[in-house]
Amino acid sequence: MRTSAPFFRPLGRLRIDEGVLAECRELATEIAAPVDHLAATHTTTSIERACLRLVGVDGIEGRGVEAVPIPNRVVDEIGASVGLERGALIPFFDAVASCGGDIDAAADAIAGRALTPRWPQGADRDDAARRAKEAAAAAVNCIEAAATARRDVVERVGEAERPWLYLIVATGDIHEDIPQAQAAARNGADVIAVIRSTGQSLLDYVPFGATSEGFAGTYATQENFRLMRAALDEVGEELGRYVRLTNYASGLCMPEIAAMAGMERLDMMLNDCMYGIMFRDINMQRTFIDQHFSRMVHALAGIVINTGEDNYLTTADAVDSAHTVLASQFLNERFAFTAGLSEEQMGLGHAFEIDPDVPDQILLELAHAQLIRECFPNAPLKYMPPTKHMTGNIFQGFLYDGMFNLIGALTGQDIVLLGMMTEGIHTPFLSDRDLALENARYIFGGAAGLGGELRYEAGGAVERRAAQVLEECRQMLRKVADIGMFAAIEAGMFADTVRTPAGGKGLAGVVQRAPGYVNPVADELSRRLGIGA
Amino acid sequence: MSALLRPYGDATGDGRVQLSFTLPIASSERARQAALELARKMGFAEPQVVHMKEMGPDFSFFIVYGATAHSVDPAGLTVAEPDFPLLPSPEINRIIRDSLKRQLVVVGACTGTDAHTLGLDAILSMKGFAGDKGLEYWQEMRIVNMGAQVSPGEIVAAVDEHAADAVLVSQVVTQRDAHIFHLQEVHAALTEAGLRDRLILVGGGPRFSPDQAPALGFDRIFGRGTKPSEVASYLAWKVGRRAGLSEADLTRAATLA
Repeated sequence: MRTSAPFFRPLGRLRIDEGVLAECRELATEIAAPVDHLAATHTTTSIERACLRLVGVDGIEGRGVEAVPIPNRVVDEIGASVGLERGALIPFFDAVASCGGDIDAAADAIAGRALTPRWPQGADRDDAARRAKEAAAAAVNCIEAAATARRDVVERVGEAERPWLYLIVATGDIHEDIPQAQAAARNGADVIAVIRSTGQSLLDYVPFGATSEGFAGTYATQENFRLMRAALDEVGEELGRYVRLTNYASGLCMPEIAAMAGMERLDMMLNDCMYGIMFRDINMQRTFIDQHFSRMVHALAGIVINTGEDNYLTTADAVDSAHTVLASQFLNERFAFTAGLSEEQMGLGHAFEIDPDVPDQILLELAHAQLIRECFPNAPLKYMPPTKHMTGNIFQGFLYDGMFNLIGALTGQDIVLLGMMTEGIHTPFLSDRDLALENARYIFGGAAGLGGELRYEAGGAVERRAAQVLEECRQMLRKVADIGMFAAIEAGMFADTVRTPAGGKGLAGVVQRAPGYVNPVADELSRRLGIGA
Repeated sequence: MSALLRPYGDATGDGRVQLSFTLPIASSERARQAALELARKMGFAEPQVVHMKEMGPDFSFFIVYGATAHSVDPAGLTVAEPDFPLLPSPEINRIIRDSLKRQLVVVGACTGTDAHTLGLDAILSMKGFAGDKGLEYWQEMRIVNMGAQVSPGEIVAAVDEHAADAVLVSQVVTQRDAHIFHLQEVHAALTEAGLRDRLILVGGGPRFSPDQAPALGFDRIFGRGTKPSEVASYLAWKVGRRAGLSEADLTRAATLA
């Protein structure tokens, strides 16, 4: 047992103005509507590739650095021959029909230009549509099966106690990551995130197979997912608690990585509605369209998304910009709802990043964390440790991480990413992780019952600060609603960064759907989730 | 004044040092002795293991104190002076403000056939690299990221259009010295357009070294592992110098590179 008192979420402590809260949600709904319309009327190369992957297209053409994934080749060929406006699946399954129902053979034939895709007519079209629909149903069954399998495994081996302690592994080599992840789990980690190689988000393809060379991280590949999932299942059985696996559904291949995560039973995925736009300069249309599809996959696979609001505080002042975190959370929540995610799957992110020289910074952090807790009572919040003000003084940093853990314990944060005292110096040593876990066990054990006893002074500093942040959030959302999401991003309202609708990477992969667009995978996902496509 | 330096614990010359490390061995008396022996080999007299902790079945963590037998003479050291100071973030913004009274405009591109924007994005985009924010992070900089396969002519046009103060050219692919050739191309195009002299011209990539700058006609070349804050510091220092700010003003909050 890590804690003496059971985990709980302290609520109703701040006397939040329910009217303001409701207005923030209404504004988020208003802001999200045109973005959802965009997603409903467009597709992307990565969505079509994700669908092909889900129906079983995989593999690479060529070798080494020249290798191109077959899903990319197939989508490129279909794009060049019949266009992607009506989706890739009908032309693909037309090819499957002509290859005797063999999906691999059809993919190889298209990739190798032995077969030119066409848009079938009449009975051929009906046959391709029937094949596509059957394959889509099977693919979606497979995603849904991940959720069922997770429930079964959790039931059999046991659920981890909250808060879930979240640790990052990042050696670049999946075969080195595995023992490190298993060691971290044995020492108390509940969630393992395998950080990706620098720059993977800007690759417009997903690397293939088990990989042993990455830059400050390990490539997200389906094989790497499978290997790590198996390793964590093994250690979970040994420990009697399910160990969750996290990766990143972000960047240009967001939908494909979401699909791979669904197929390989990953448990959490970093998936933010705006992160790629702001921090990676990925085109905003591409991001919003890809995000919607990714989230449908996550929803059905039972994956908890982790949103990236912590990033807003690493680039801007954590006091001045506290309301931007909250505003983004309301937007992420809305986009998650429209994609069929439940509140229990919304790991909304925030961070402990106030300058330690600011007077009362601990009080301010408490106010922010408690406010977010109360605004999203059913969400498994993800709390991120200090990074920006970690100076290299590892002793001060260790204390600073302890205060972060304390605020996390007092405000009932569900998913706690453990701070490393060597943040910003090197990728963590084995001992850095162990010390971080020792710190967390001490605080979350020692303060387990304390949060339940705390009440805040009516009209006191904590409550006033929370009310101020909520009000600033309302004002920001009003401004965004007034001018619209795209104009707001263009005006630099998020992360002080200006992005234009046609700027950034990946716009070439955005395709407006023509009448007659068919995507049986997306249709089946929305049908089972009970949402519009 | 004593010329020789030794670590100071709580008495002059005691040489006391703390260190911590992990050994791939289960915790045991043998493991403790191994840690002590290792410390002695590192030059520590009378080492003490004050903490040994088991980390799983295969590893042990140690905190060790010892007195080093070594000393150094600081006057005898050769210290390379950095060619520009590393500046804290607010200082970078301040120096640009003081120098230009407006934002510093940076045009960045990968030129030639090189499609690898990884280095360019690591330096320019907000996300940055290795825990360091990219140039977009500084409010006093405006970044025009032109992406990959940009021609020298397009760079010239962008410099004109945006009234750029600095140009960053990134090169990753180095087959047949393409990276050298592409930088020379950019330099020639900017010179021909009469823009070279008013620009800060910076090149970068994993195969470059700073000493190549003069030969290529660049102001500065950055090599492998360069962090965005180094580039930001360099740009701020350079505009400050050009605007006539004093060296003391430019380096008042600098740290050593």
